[in-house]
Formats: sequence, structure tokens, C-alpha cells
Amino acid sequence: MHELGVVFHIMDSLEKVAAQNKAEGISKVVLELGEVSTVIESYLQSCWKWAVKKRDLFDGAELVVEKLPAVTYCEGCGQTYPTVEYGKICPYCKSPETWLLQGNEFNIKEIEVF
Amino acid sequence: MKEVRILEIKQSVYADNDRQADLLRQELKEKGVFLLNLMSSPGSGKTTTLMRTIEALKGTLKIGVMEADIDSDVDAKTISESGARVIQLHTGGMCHLDAEMTRQGLKGLDTKDVELAILENVGNLVCPAEFDTGASKNAMILSVPEGDDKPLKYPLMFSICDVVLINKTDVLPYFDFDMDRCREYIHMRNPKAKIIPTCAKTGEGISEWTDWLREEVRRWQLQ
Repeated sequence: MHELGVVFHIMDSLEKVAAQNKAEGISKVVLELGEVSTVIESYLQSCWKWAVKKRDLFDGAELVVEKLPAVTYCEGCGQTYPTVEYGKICPYCKSPETWLLQGNEFNIKEIEVF
Repeated sequence: MKEVRILEIKQSVYADNDRQADLLRQELKEKGVFLLNLMSSPGSGKTTTLMRTIEALKGTLKIGVMEADIDSDVDAKTISESGARVIQLHTGGMCHLDAEMTRQGLKGLDTKDVELAILENVGNLVCPAEFDTGASKNAMILSVPEGDDKPLKYPLMFSICDVVLINKTDVLPYFDFDMDRCREYIHMRNPKAKIIPTCAKTGEGISEWTDWLREEVRRWQLQ
């Protein structure tokens, strides 16, 4: 349900962009999705396929999702490590003082219009 | 053949909503209206807590309530019994409210003589956390039966909240809920979060909560 809301939200924003750029239609949308963002790619794709049929501007538009890996930085030892594998605790020095460097992004990177 | 162009957007999916939310917050500030975004899971006691809150603040703050639900108006009916002005918002299947829907809701509520507007968001710990509503402060209710591990499972929700009410403390003896551990988990995600154990049924903690609210509204109107 969340993914569908997000898809409509993306479409609303892009409708404004298309109008500003005098585009007749959108044929491709490229998103950047962090590995630990709360959005699931397969759900997003399913919702997208359904939603593009509801809006003329997006008729048949392709959705491309580029994944960004999640990386955590450790305050304790200054090293970085893969978030998904090790979580909140640093695998090098066991410090819990860590924060996410990248991985919760959810960006619209670019679109292809005509 | 039509000419195809690539447009670089390079912005967060939420950027548009964030801008709308900042604008709404600014407008509310100028009008002296404090907007509280109240979030929780379904069944955590949001509506009962709200009834208690309205009762405690009656006579000191003018309150308006927006009840957001996917469907139905059972909560709005309950709240209207408290005497507070209330409207029901239907999200039409959506799992959250965004800044634009909140703006429309406030218009429907009519905030002319409202000092504290409370938005009871859709019962859900995921989506409402991602869409800024334009609220002055975010509050959430976590109830004891849900378990003390929820801050670990829904980190974003806990990281955006200014205050967390841990509700239904009257059932603590029957659940494996460790209050200290829960505080620790919440502070791991959000060291600044204020935590208030409450029980909407017995009234425990309600005065601490309403004191906090009154103080925040006063500060919002002064600044």
C-alpha cells in the first residue's frame, strides 16, 4: 500500500516537471533507491505498472530503479562497513556509536520525455 | 518521430512534499496555530488519549481535531462528544497524509480561533513517518501490548518524533514489556525524544503530557 502512495506522489511531482518543460509525455523514469530505504523495489514495479495505465502522461513509461548500497560509518574507529551485513554494531571495534552514511536515499534521478 | 529529451531531476522523492510542508509550517506560525501530528499503530489508544487530552486542556487552549482514516467516521463521532471542533478526513485508501492533504484538512476545520490543531494520522508506523505534514511537532503513541522492541523495528518513526507516549501502562504486569529497555531503544534512535509513560484509561501521565503540550504551544506562539 505504501509503494502505491509513493508512486502517485512521484507522478504528481513529475507532472509539474513535464508541464514546466512543455513535454507531451514521459517515457522513462529513473529512480535511485537505497538498500535500507523502506521501499521495496518489486512492489514499486508492480504499482508502477498499474498506475501508468491510469495517467495519460505516463502511458507505457518504463521504471528503472538503480540500487545504492547501504554504508555505515563508525564513530569509534572511523571505518565504514556494509550496513545490511553488520547492522548497528561496528564489526571492527564493536562500537554502537555508528551512523548511516548512505543507503536510505529515495531519489528521482532523471526522466526521459518527448 | 518525436524528439526524446532527458531531464535531470536529482531530488528526493519526498522533496516536493517537504517544500509544501515547510511552507504550511511557516503559514501556521504566522497565524499562531500549533499543529500536532499524532501517529501510532492501530489500537494503541490514540482516540482515548485524545479525549483525555482535550478534557485536560479544556478552558486553557482552543482545540481543533482532524481525524484521518482510510474510511469511516467512528473516531470523529467519539471526539465530537468531547465538545472539541472535529472534522473527518478520508485518505481514499492512502496509508498516510501528506502536506497538501493536511492543508486541505486545516481549511475544512477552519483554524480562525484554533490555537492547537491536532492531526490524528492514519494508524501506521511506516508511511506517516516519511511524509512531513507541516506539523509544529510530531508525537507518537506506543502501547505496552505492542512490545518494547518497536523502536528497533520502526526506526524512522521513532527518529522523527519529538515526544513518545508509552500508553496502557495499567497492563504492564501482564506483558513482558521492559520500560527501561524501551527507553534505551528509543534513545538509540533519537536521543532528544521526550518519553512519557501514560495510561489514557486511568489518567496516569496525562498531566505531564498536557503540560508539555501547553508549553510547546506557548513557545510556538511567542517565537
